Amino acid sequence: MDGIHDMGGRQGFGRVRHSPNAGAFHADWEKRVNALYSLAVRSGIFNMDEYRHAIERMEPRHYVSASYYERSLTSLATLLVEKGLVTRDELERRAQGSFPLASPSAPGRSNVPGRERFAVGDRVVVRSDHVPGHVRMPAYIRGKRGVVVGESPPYPFPDAHAHGVAADDECTYDVRFATAELWPNAADDAFVHVGVFRSYLLAAP
Amino acid sequence: MSEPSQQHAVAPIGRRVDAVESVLADQGLRPAEFVVEATKTAEERWVPENGARVVAKAWTDPEFRRRLLANGKSAVAELGYELPRHHRHLVVLEDTPTVHNVICCTLCSCTAFTIIGLPPDWYKDLEYRSRVVRESRTVLKEMGLDLPPEVEIRVWDTTADTRYIVLPLRPPGTEGWSEERLASIVTRDSMIGVARLSAGAA
Repeated sequence: MDGIHDMGGRQGFGRVRHSPNAGAFHADWEKRVNALYSLAVRSGIFNMDEYRHAIERMEPRHYVSASYYERSLTSLATLLVEKGLVTRDELERRAQGSFPLASPSAPGRSNVPGRERFAVGDRVVVRSDHVPGHVRMPAYIRGKRGVVVGESPPYPFPDAHAHGVAADDECTYDVRFATAELWPNAADDAFVHVGVFRSYLLAAP
Repeated sequence: MSEPSQQHAVAPIGRRVDAVESVLADQGLRPAEFVVEATKTAEERWVPENGARVVAKAWTDPEFRRRLLANGKSAVAELGYELPRHHRHLVVLEDTPTVHNVICCTLCSCTAFTIIGLPPDWYKDLEYRSRVVRESRTVLKEMGLDLPPEVEIRVWDTTADTRYIVLPLRPPGTEGWSEERLASIVTRDSMIGVARLSAGAA
């Protein structure tokens, strides 16, 4: 989905609030959330792709105003309700107030048929797919051309794995894009590398 | 499902966490014990000092450096460091005098957290995630790293479960230093790629 979470290249944000020595946690509840979502993953209640997708499905105004660990908590609670471990009413009764959850999921998809294999040095183009469910292709590379610079071992295919859809694992390719290709005349000159699943790529014509 | 119920104000965050924890307790998962154990692991074992040791060894041991660049995951395992099972590949990005690498995650906030520690706030903030891919040189300059124009910038967006760490340049003035002393100047920022190192920090 072209969600609010897909931040790469969005304009209007200001300076990075750089804090070189800040710790990872600022409050006890953050430590608890960090542990609890990990416990749920370990216990097989949901997987990492379902977890990431439930963050992406947050109502956009909530997403941008929530801290990192509040987004994590919202995903965890949403999935506990969706997996039938608790009802939303019961969750809100226990929290003694309303508990904002993520929006429902759209259908997932399996691997793209006829996907190709690539080697380091191959020129590729990212498919112009618009996927309603979970996808790990940032919108800023859609339809863009790049060069394969690395290959990773096969991973569960996120577009399927976040939705309980059967699919083969797929390797990812590290693809190098020039910023002049991604944002012509509107970016600092650099190369951006993205880990791209096989199903998202075509050989460049 | 997406709309909060209108009858009540949003519950304070602590009570929402309590509610979720009670659901996991209902499943017999002993969440309170797990929180203690997982927090200890996150704060004591997943620390940037792990990555600093990897970097210092790569600076002093050419054979290790070769293995690290060929297969990061198996090389860090030689030093006793593990990645979670779902991180199946660790790519080590070698800086040179003319190439500077920087990592990010535009879609969420992925990092090699067992090696460089859980990510800092700014790495997870919308400012860094939106801007570093498109305005890398500007963002690095704002963060205090003003790279000469001849240095090529390579940004790495962590969009899959492969993880990246930067192998920063060994600073001048550190000739003859022990691995331990070298490790003491390697920062988390340098392994993310938003800082270069100097000998003066030790």
